[in-house]
This record gives sequence, C-alpha cells and structure tokens, in this order.
Amino acid sequence: MDYVWDFGSVYEYRAALWVGLINTLRIFGICLFAGLSLGLAMGLARYSIRRWLRWPAACFIEFFRNTPVLVQIFWFYFAFPILAPFEISALMAAALGITLNSAAFSAEIFRGGIQSIDPGQWEAGRAIGMRYREIMARIILPQAVRRMMPALTNRGIEIFKMTTLASAIAYADLLHQARLIASVNFNPIEAYTVVALAFFVILYPIVRVTYVLERRMAKGD
Amino acid sequence: MSIEPILTIRGLEKSFADNDVLRGIDLDVMPGDCIAILGASGSGKSTFLRCLNFMEIPTGGEITHAGTTIGTARAGKPRHYPETELTQVRQKVGMVFQQFNLFPHMTVLGNVTEGLRTVQRMDKSSAETSARAELTRVGLAEKADEYPSRLSGGQKQRVAIARALALAPDLMLFDEPTSALDPELVGEVLNVIRGIADEGRTMMLVTHEVGFAYHVANRVIFMADGIIQEIGPPEQVLKNPQNARTQAFLARHKQFEF
Amino acid sequence: MYEWDFSAVLDNSDLLWQGLVGTLTITGTALAFGLPLGLLLALSRLSPSRWLAWPAGFVIEFFRTTPPLVQLFWFFFALPILMDIQMTPFLAAAITFSIQSSAFFAEVFRAGIVSIERGQWEAARAIGMQRPQAMRRIILPQAVKRMIPAFTERSIELMKTTTLVATVSYADLLYQANELAQKTFRPIEVFTVTALIYFVVIFGLSLCVQGIERRLAVSGDSTVR
Repeated sequence: MDYVWDFGSVYEYRAALWVGLINTLRIFGICLFAGLSLGLAMGLARYSIRRWLRWPAACFIEFFRNTPVLVQIFWFYFAFPILAPFEISALMAAALGITLNSAAFSAEIFRGGIQSIDPGQWEAGRAIGMRYREIMARIILPQAVRRMMPALTNRGIEIFKMTTLASAIAYADLLHQARLIASVNFNPIEAYTVVALAFFVILYPIVRVTYVLERRMAKGD
Repeated sequence: MSIEPILTIRGLEKSFADNDVLRGIDLDVMPGDCIAILGASGSGKSTFLRCLNFMEIPTGGEITHAGTTIGTARAGKPRHYPETELTQVRQKVGMVFQQFNLFPHMTVLGNVTEGLRTVQRMDKSSAETSARAELTRVGLAEKADEYPSRLSGGQKQRVAIARALALAPDLMLFDEPTSALDPELVGEVLNVIRGIADEGRTMMLVTHEVGFAYHVANRVIFMADGIIQEIGPPEQVLKNPQNARTQAFLARHKQFEF
Repeated sequence: MYEWDFSAVLDNSDLLWQGLVGTLTITGTALAFGLPLGLLLALSRLSPSRWLAWPAGFVIEFFRTTPPLVQLFWFFFALPILMDIQMTPFLAAAITFSIQSSAFFAEVFRAGIVSIERGQWEAARAIGMQRPQAMRRIILPQAVKRMIPAFTERSIELMKTTTLVATVSYADLLYQANELAQKTFRPIEVFTVTALIYFVVIFGLSLCVQGIERRLAVSGDSTVR
C-alpha cells in the first residue's frame, strides 16, 4: 500500500515538541550531573579501606545495576509517595530512578578507572608525603578520568536514551509529547519517526566522538 | 627435454602506500631446490616469501607456478588475482609462519586434517591416515589428540610443518621458522626441516641461522633494499661474498661456525 | 508509620509468576531472533563489499543510538498503518527487541571477530581456505568463546529492557505488578517484591557470568567487552 507521508501535521505542533525537548534536556541534565556525582562517591566508597563504607556501596551498586530502571521509576512514582512526607512529581520520580541507576553503573566505571592506575603512582605519591585524599585528587583521578572518558560518554548516551522512560509515568518529555500529537492527529508514523530521528541526530555525533576517543586510547597511553 | 621450474618469478614488486618494499625480483625455483634467504630486517625478505603464496598481493611483476602465470593482466594496473585462483596455488605452495599460527580450538590432529577435510573435501578416515603419517614424520604421532596450548614452542612449529606438508605441496615456504623459539628448542625444528630437505622436497626459507643455511641450502640469496644483491651456492655467497653489503652483513654474523 | 502487609501480594502471587513467564518469553524470543540477526549484521558490516557494510553499519548505529521505547512505540503504533498488519503488543515487542538487541549483539560479534589474531587468518588462507570457510571453521569458533561474557551481559541488559513492553500492555512482570498494585492498593509491597524478583533473577545470571569469566581467565583465554 502507498502511504502518503505528511510531516506538516507534526510541524504544526512544533511548539509542543519544543516543550518536550526542553523537558527531555532538563531531566537529562539533572540525571547526568546527579548520577555521575553520586557514582563517583559510590565508586570511591566501594574502593574505600573502610568496611562500613565499602559494604553499603557494594549493595547499592549491585541492587541498582541488577534491576530494570523502569521498575525503579515505577517504585518511586507509585510506591514511594506513600512513604514520603512530601509530594512526588513525575519528574522527581523519573529523575530519582534514572539517577540512582546511572550512579550504580558509573560507580563501576570510576572504580575500574581508579584501579587501572598503576600502584606505583600511589607509592610515588606517598613517597613525597601526600595523604590518601591528596593522592586521589591530584594524582589518581586526573589520570583515571582520561581513561574513563569513552565509558563515561557511553553512560551519558545511555542516560539520554533512558529519559524516554519518564514518558511512561506521563512526564511531558519529547516522546510523551509525540504521543499526544499522534493521538490528536492520528499521525503516529510521522510523530514517532520525527522523535526517532531527533534522538539519532542528537546522539550520533556524540557516538562518533566516543569512537575517536576509544581509538585514541587504543593507540597511545 | 629440460626440467621445468616450479616457480618463475619475474620483476616482482610490492609496495605499501608509498613504501617500496620489493623493487623487482627475478628468480627460478627448480625442483629439489633448497633456497635460503638472508638479509637484515627491513630488507624485504619476508615480504618476498609472503608474496609467493599471496599472503601479500604483489603490486608488480609476474609469478608463474608449474607453467601457469597467476592472475590476469590489466592494462595500466597491477595484475588482478581472483581469490579462487589463489586458493588453488596456496594448496600447492605450503607456508610455515614464525608465530606457528596453530588453530587453538582444534587438536593437533584436527589442525593437520583441517586443510584436507575443508579445502580438499577428503573423507575423514583418509584425511586422518595421511595426517598421522605427517605427524610421524615430524615425530609427534603420540601428540595427535593434544590441544596446541599443551605443546612446547618447538612442538607447535613441528605441528605447523605437518599441517603444511599434509596438503602435499610442491613448494614449502618457511618464514623465520625458529625466530620465535627459545634457543634450546631451535635444534628440533631445524632437524625436521633438514629431514624434509633431505627427502628432496623443494623449499625456500627466510632465516637468521647462517650455519644452517650453509649446511642445508643448495642456493643462498642475500637481499637488501628490496632486491637480490647476491645469489649463488652457499660456499660462494657465505665464504667468498662479492657484494659489499653481503660482506658487511656476514661480518656481523662471524660468530657462526660453518 | 507505614504498616507493611504482604498478604495481598502473596494471595495474588500467581499473577506475578505469569508476568515473569511473560518476561522470560519475550526475552527468549528476542534472543532467538536477535542473535542470528546480530551475526548477520556483523558479517555484513565486516564485509569487503561496501554495499553490505554501509547499510549494516547504519542499521546497527541507528538502533543503538535511538531509545528502545521510541522504537517500540514506532513498531506498535506506526508500523501497522504502513504495512496493514494486525499488531499485537507481543509482536511489536518481539520485533523491537529482536532488532534492537541484534544491533548490540552485532557489535559484540564484531569485537570478537576482530580480536582474533591476523595469523589465524593467514594460516587459514595458507592452507587454501576461502574467506567464508576461514570465518566459519577458524575465526568464529574462537571468537564466540571470547564473546560469552559480553553476550551474557548483553542478554541481561535485554531482559531489563523488556520491562518497556509494559507500556504497550504486554503482560510482563512489570505490567502484572502494575495491575496488581491498582487492584490491591498495595503499591509499596507489590513494586518492592517485583524489584526483588528482578534482582534475584538478574543478579543470579550476572553471578553466572562472573563465574564463566573467572573460568576463562584461569584457562588463559582472553575475553572481549
């Protein structure tokens, strides 16, 4: 059958899509910042010499790595409000789920990066009288972050894709807005195609950057 | 009636990007020849050998195998070498690599039968019979059911030799077959190669073992800068070299006793 | 203080079990189609022919860089209009996750194949093998062994991703949990138990992966990510 494509009906609602894109970027920004920061803290705790830090961090990481993020979002949206003494918005619930999930995954990246640094660097730091915290901040992390760049960028891409899950609890992200437009206009083909292309256009250049980073890592260093 | 060469090489050239590694090589390989190729690293000796069974595709010149010139000529461009033609030639020109390159997921017997079964479509029992005969020749019949990871470097290389011999090639190429071996394992591999040479098989070998070349080869080639600088019987090339580059190379290898 | 009460969950546990079966069914279906399709994509992408390599590369990159939920909505809402077929939640999910996971599996296959040393290709060619023979007999058997941990990890990711089918009303574990929560007004207990079920299944699988990885590391075989 010949389907007549009609992107005009989507273009008409570009303002709604624009709102969706802004909301997508908002939740992405929150989750990227909070997820990586918490991930670094968890990664350090997981690597700590103190057992009372190491064990809870390990449990946190394993739990959130091994459950689906959509289940976490549903938990925060439907279950958590009953326990919490305050209102939980869709943005909050989705951001909580995605942040905790991303923190668990990036903690493993930070841990791997830190452990990949040659023990001689620690010894050299101690030999000139630096303390653990100083060695970590001044010697180890700057080297580790360079090595972790490809994996962290990949995590960022995953987080961006994950933000679409917020639409499942009616957060007005890009996908949710497309769904609205599709149901108003009966044009799901155009609406969802535009959203798929939007994600591809935004993310593919970043994917290319990770390839370059990975190739540079493989070559030198 | 004259004897036909196994391989006729004319004007052979190979370049990588703008690096000319081989710059015109002519050679006739006669039945029963054992040709040793010497030269410093970077002289092009390995590339030369690898062109002869088309591990590297030549960028100029011709190679004629048993009367057939390989590939088809193209106006203004290097010859075209169709894959099906190359797989035919490679079965007749066996190769042994510096790094052995045994198939780690197959037993010793599996390694030796692989070419017979997959390429020549021989039935299982005949393939195993000839494979066991080759393994006996290299002294490893009792290792037939082991995996390569359980073998020493010398044993691995002997299996690799048996794998190449199994296809009954009319020319064997050895690319620095002992360079990756611990010194105490070199002897067993050289002995096997010498045994094959003594059977009158045609072979060419790139090697750093000048003494071995002197005793086993009937012709020695010295290469530098991608061309043959000197060729002749070992007595002449190794004991009384004419070419200044050969003299300088051998002076650095004086520790070898002939 | 909230009073926990799991009786509503226990009384309706058969609903959750059916959901788990639904989750495993869609995961298994996507694996069954995604693995061969992934191998096909990887071989095409590595092919010397540009006519195969380019489209395969595009499919892989597109399905890796767009959100799976967008893909699912596209196949569920848009495809039936284009192709005039009866779309069910299961069919949409099966198509989406087969293609989506095949794009990721293709990269695993590719990494495994290119990790095999050049010498293995050369040895295969030296005994007269053609490229497809060398790929089938020499390269792939070695590559697949190195890929096992990455495969299992990818399969676990796939199982987690299948929760998205709940949004198009396929009765997987999450969907059943949502139904049950609305029926019993006990969302905390229901979603907590559901999270734990996922955790037990997925964590169990990842322990297996770690065991396999350790065994491979002991036997000296390298693995690829």
